[in-house]
Amino acid sequence: MTTQALERKTDMGPPHYERFLHPIIKENYGKWRYHETLKPGVLVHVSETGARIYTVRAGSPRLVSVDFIRMICDLADKYCDGYLRFTSRNNIEFLLADKENIEPLIKGLNLKGLPVGGTNNAISNIVHTQGWVHCHSAATDASGLVKSMMDELYDYFTTMKLPHKLRIAVACCLNMCGAVHCSDIAILGIHRRPPKIDHNALKNVCEVPTTVSSCPTAAIRPATVEGIQSVEVDEDKCMYCGNCFTVCPAMPLADSLNDGVSIWVGGKVSNARTEPMFTKLAIPYLPNNPPRWPEVTSAVKNIVEVYAKHARRYERVGEWINRIGWPRFFKQAGLEFTKYHIDDFKHAGTTYKRSTQLTQ
Amino acid sequence: MKGRKDIAWKGVRKQRIDQWGHIKPIENDFLLNPLLLDIRGSGIERKEYYMADEIKKRKTPLLDELEEGPWPSFVTDLKKMAEKKPKANDLLGQLELSYKEKKGHWKHGGLVGVAGYGGGVIGRYSDSSELFPNVKAFHTCRVNQTSGWFYTTEALRELCDIWDKHGSGLTNVHGSTGDFVFLGADTDALEPCFSDLTKAGWDLGGSGSDMRTPSCCNGPARCEFACYDTLDMTYDITMTYQDELHRPAFVYKWKFKMAGCPNDCVASIARSDLAVIGTWRDNIRIDQSAVKEYLDKGLNITSDVIMKCPKQCISLDRNELRINNEDCVKCMHCLNVMPKALRPGKDKGATILIGGKAPIMEGALLSSVLVPFMKIEKPYTEFKDLIERIWEFWDEHGVSRERIGECIQRVGMGNFVEAIGLEPLPEMVSSPRDNPYIFYEEYLEEGEEEEE
Repeated sequence: MTTQALERKTDMGPPHYERFLHPIIKENYGKWRYHETLKPGVLVHVSETGARIYTVRAGSPRLVSVDFIRMICDLADKYCDGYLRFTSRNNIEFLLADKENIEPLIKGLNLKGLPVGGTNNAISNIVHTQGWVHCHSAATDASGLVKSMMDELYDYFTTMKLPHKLRIAVACCLNMCGAVHCSDIAILGIHRRPPKIDHNALKNVCEVPTTVSSCPTAAIRPATVEGIQSVEVDEDKCMYCGNCFTVCPAMPLADSLNDGVSIWVGGKVSNARTEPMFTKLAIPYLPNNPPRWPEVTSAVKNIVEVYAKHARRYERVGEWINRIGWPRFFKQAGLEFTKYHIDDFKHAGTTYKRSTQLTQ
Repeated sequence: MKGRKDIAWKGVRKQRIDQWGHIKPIENDFLLNPLLLDIRGSGIERKEYYMADEIKKRKTPLLDELEEGPWPSFVTDLKKMAEKKPKANDLLGQLELSYKEKKGHWKHGGLVGVAGYGGGVIGRYSDSSELFPNVKAFHTCRVNQTSGWFYTTEALRELCDIWDKHGSGLTNVHGSTGDFVFLGADTDALEPCFSDLTKAGWDLGGSGSDMRTPSCCNGPARCEFACYDTLDMTYDITMTYQDELHRPAFVYKWKFKMAGCPNDCVASIARSDLAVIGTWRDNIRIDQSAVKEYLDKGLNITSDVIMKCPKQCISLDRNELRINNEDCVKCMHCLNVMPKALRPGKDKGATILIGGKAPIMEGALLSSVLVPFMKIEKPYTEFKDLIERIWEFWDEHGVSRERIGECIQRVGMGNFVEAIGLEPLPEMVSSPRDNPYIFYEEYLEEGEEEEE
């Protein structure tokens, strides 16, 4: 089939959202008065008019097949008049007019192996990136990590027993396609060695100036290597971001021996109570140990449990740590504090402690 | 590197299944392929392990372990798809290889896309296509999602049918920027897939140095906190800037996210270059009878609401809740705890923040305040005027692969604000500067008199 033979329309944009709104939502658009959580994963929104729309929230692996989507469509057809949505954390939300359909829907979801929950003081679905499934710069796999962690933390998804909501994210490299820099707990894939340069390939597939300018720390210089126009990397300056590999495929960074995972804590995006915060380093390196990443899952579970035990009601992880102080966090979580925890990149000094306000 | 003898096949596979399920002879002589020789140097057993005798089904002993446990397994889902789709089958095989070697096997880039568009399709190639021929090309198509991610089953089935016809049948619902992601297309499949999409009323989203697909929270469709119509604004902005979305002409990516209130459920402050976060500038509306209801139900308003207020501006006076709105910073905590009793004020709009991004290149940034309060009403003229002034500035002063947040840090927020025609405001900073290195622009030459 040639391009000419195809009917071509462009720049039409997405379909208008109104087509997809449940009739109750359309009638009560902008008129919602309040909401209540009926039980974990089940919400009711009540309109000024008294109208109600029920929501059942289910977890999803995000990486799903068309048959998986058709399966959830079957359930939505049966119980929701065919209306559903997805959340920013990749949960599926079934929108119901009839309260009576909530329990049969939950039963149907559980039969298909889908958990219901993720509301309020729960661990919601883990936002994650592609990993080895589909990314060129991944230092780890995201889907496998998420599956392994959510198996361990399952109970926290289906209940609401934490001090406050807990948001976990996974990004498979420093590009951080998931918002891991502002999550309660973030799992970040890391490379630990500079790129290996294939000088023969580089001259054919990369532009030297673009490659040189792609480096945030100016570690890449043009160089002639054995008569070939190429580049060289100042290994002391490289912080393994992979930016060069994205513009120059002849500089692969992946390294089976050294790639792994780091753990970060205490970020948030909401403005509630405290201002949004970045995540901070908790564990600089854990090995990639597929398929179950036992070191990572137990480290994350430990942090969740220490938080659950010590934080006060309505304290997010970062708020709890700010109250007790970082020294006590490291102590309570049983984590080692190393030189890697002390920032040495730009503006590093802003994180040094400049007061005597220290706990015992 | 092992000797040539060790590399020899034990059982040569002479056939493969192509993406349409047809059995094809293998064209390449593996032994002569330098790439494969190199790979095999690191593990001779790979061939047996992944190619096996059976062509149809990949052996995945490591991934199989991810079928256990209560959380839904992407492996189980992938395997079901692999029975029908050679592309999904080879994806499983390659992923198993990654799990074994602890290393990814994808290559980036290549100029792929649909005619007339520069964005929306991301090229992806396997570096082990000799082993996994069906994922040799495994491109991503970003389909522009609906505002607020609302769908009907009819629409989802339509997307599924299109993707079943043209690709691997695997998706991300949704991608990090918000698109409905088709994962795994051949280069030849892109145009027919795009044609079927547009026929059904769908279009591609953004990628590369363009305006990325805007996304928003569920807003007034299903949330009482929404301070403006996030769905309509997202749709309007997406439609207004179709050219910027589809044809990369910026120095780097540009992301919009619309959040209806300061809870920021779409993480706009962290994940977008330009965040529109709903807020209000009058008094929180209080329903005292609902306050009493919460008290009667046992809510400890003192500990759970009053003591948590960051500005200590709430009090309880004989079961009546009082808020000193002048001190309120609209953090949302009290509304979140007592949604039935408290509502945003009536004079609603949004705070516009700029410059959020992940670490590449100069480190992560949260967006910072650009306009403390703007009325957000159709046709969003004030907003669009501002955006176009910013884009003009970025176009002129931004350097390649520099996000607007980094550009602003380089030129200085004060200079940036001046250049786009805004007044410097104390709301833009957490504090005034604490160093004296001021670049004065006004001064007197010898002999000049200070003007009265």
